[in-house]
Amino acid sequence: MTIDRSTPDLGSLYQEVILDHYKRPRNRGAVDPHDADIHMRNPSCGDEIRLQFRLDGGRIEDIAFTGEGCSISQASSSMMTDLVKGKTPEEGLSIARRFTELMHGDAGAAKDKALGQARVLQGVGKFPARVKCALLAWDAFQEGVKQADRESGGTPS
Amino acid sequence: MMPTTLAPTLDVRKIRKDFPILQQEVNGHPLVYLDNGATAQRPKPVLDAMRSFYERDNANVHRGMHELSRRATEEFEAARVTVARFLNAADPSEVVWVRGTTEAINLVAMTWGWTSLEPGDEILLTVMEHHSNLIPWQLLAQRTGAVLRFLDVDDEGRLRLEQMQALLSSRTKLVAFNHVSNALGTINPVAQICEVAHAAGAKVLIDGAQAGPHLDIDVQALGVDFYAVSGHKMGAPMGIGALWARRELLEEMPPYQGGGEMIDLVELDRSTFAEVPHKFEAGTPNVGGAVGMAAAVDYLEGIGHDAIAAHERSLIEYGLEKLPAIPGLRLFGPKRPEERVAVFSFALEGIHPHDIATILDAEGIAIRSGHHCTQPLMRRLGVPATARASCWIYTSTGDLDRLAEGVASAQRIFG
Repeated sequence: MTIDRSTPDLGSLYQEVILDHYKRPRNRGAVDPHDADIHMRNPSCGDEIRLQFRLDGGRIEDIAFTGEGCSISQASSSMMTDLVKGKTPEEGLSIARRFTELMHGDAGAAKDKALGQARVLQGVGKFPARVKCALLAWDAFQEGVKQADRESGGTPS
Repeated sequence: MMPTTLAPTLDVRKIRKDFPILQQEVNGHPLVYLDNGATAQRPKPVLDAMRSFYERDNANVHRGMHELSRRATEEFEAARVTVARFLNAADPSEVVWVRGTTEAINLVAMTWGWTSLEPGDEILLTVMEHHSNLIPWQLLAQRTGAVLRFLDVDDEGRLRLEQMQALLSSRTKLVAFNHVSNALGTINPVAQICEVAHAAGAKVLIDGAQAGPHLDIDVQALGVDFYAVSGHKMGAPMGIGALWARRELLEEMPPYQGGGEMIDLVELDRSTFAEVPHKFEAGTPNVGGAVGMAAAVDYLEGIGHDAIAAHERSLIEYGLEKLPAIPGLRLFGPKRPEERVAVFSFALEGIHPHDIATILDAEGIAIRSGHHCTQPLMRRLGVPATARASCWIYTSTGDLDRLAEGVASAQRIFG
C-alpha cells in the first residue's frame, strides 16, 4: 500500500457556503409531533446530533436537528435537512446513499444534481479524518427512516 | 573568580536532531508536533537499541539454553532494572511489564480489585480521569457490587481536595487518579492525597501515563501503592509499559492472565505460579519494547531531569502568556505554572476544535482535538471538546509561535 502524502486543499474544505451553513444553520430545532427521533453520536470525536422529522402524505413534511459538532458536521446537517424536506423517505434515502458515495470520492456523485448544494462537501473526501463528521447527519437520517417505518407497522410509506 | 552555578540547559536544536521523524515537512511546512500527550516521538537511541536487539539478540526469554536466549533474557531483565530506577522502585521485582497504562490499571482491577472488594466497598476516583482509569473500575464495580465515588475539580481543573474527607469512609478501599491530567496538564498533589487516603485505610493507584514524560517520578517518596506508566508517552515504542506495586501487594495478588512464563509447576488440574513479577507476565513478553523503554529512560536521564524541568517551565510560562492573549481563546487548566505541565488545552470562540486541528494540520502543526478520552471532564468544564497542544523535550517556543499563527489562520477563515 502507498501512503498519500499530498497536501489537501483547505480552500475546498472551508468554502463560503459551508461556513454560511455552519454559522446560520437551516432547520435547527425540534419537530413536534414527530415520526422519527434519532440521537446519534460519533464516539471517536464527540460530535452529536438529534434529528427529528414528521411525515405527512408520504413526504417529509418537517425536519429539524440540534447537536454539537464541527463546521463540517453542522453544515452537513443543515444541508441534509434542506435537501430531504418535502421528499419521500425513499427519495431521501437515495440522496443519502449518493452523498455517502460522494464522500468516498465517487466522481459521478460530484456531478449529481440530486445532491444540490451538498455537492460542495465533496472536498471533505480529501480529508479522511473528517468524512465521519460529514456523514453523521446522513446516517441519522437513514436510521430515522427505519424508525418511522417500524413505528408505522412496517407498511411502506 | 567567583564560582558560578550553571543553570541546567537543554539545547532544543540538538535534541531535535535525535528525532528523525521531526526532520520532515508536512503539508509543505516544517512539522510542528504538538500531540505528545497522545504519543511522543522516539529518539534515535531508542530506535537504534531496538534495531540492535532485533538484528543481534532476538530470541524468546527465560527458557532457552542458547546464547541468543541468554542475551535476550539479560537485556529484558536489565530493562526492568532501568525502569525500576526511573520510578525509584525499592526493587526491580516490583516492576511488572504490561502493554501500557491501560493494561496496568486493568491488571490491578482484575487481580487486587477482584479479591479485595466486597459489595458496598468504595473506590474514590476523580472527574478528570482518562477513560482508562474509569472504565476498569466501572467494570469491577459491576462485578463486585463496589461503589464508585468522585472527587470534583474546580474551574481551573484542579482537584477539590476539600471534598476528600467527606468522600472517604471506612468502606473506601482504593483511591485512583492521574498524576498529571492528560486533558488539562494539571499536576495533582499525589503525596498529599496519599496521606489522607492511607489514613482512611485505602490503597492508592496512580495513572502516571502523562507524568512519565514530564516529571521526576519517585514512587517511594510519593507513598503510592500502585503506579502505572506507558512507554510510548516518553519516547519508547507503543505496546510496552510498566506497573509498579509494593512487593507485599504483588505477593498477595492472584495471577492476571494464565499461560506460559507465569507458572511454577503445572499439573492437569492445578498449577503453582512463578514468583513476582513473572506471575503477572503470561505469554511471550514484548522484549524489544522493553529494550526500547530502557533506552528511552537512559536517553531522558542523559538529558537530565533538571534540564528537562527547566525547559518545561520555560514552555509553560511562554504558553501561559502567549495563548490567553489571543482574542476569543479560552485556555483550560491551572494558571500557576507550578501546578501544570506544558499541555495547553483550549477552545476558540465560534470555531470547533476539529476545525482548528484541520486548519493547523494544513500548516504542518499536529495537535489533538476532541474529548481526549475524558468525556466526564469535558461535561464538567461545559465544553464538548477542546483543542490540545502538548509539548515535550523537542518543543521550542518557536513551535508555540507557529501554533499561535495557526490559530490566527483559523480565526481568519472563520472570521
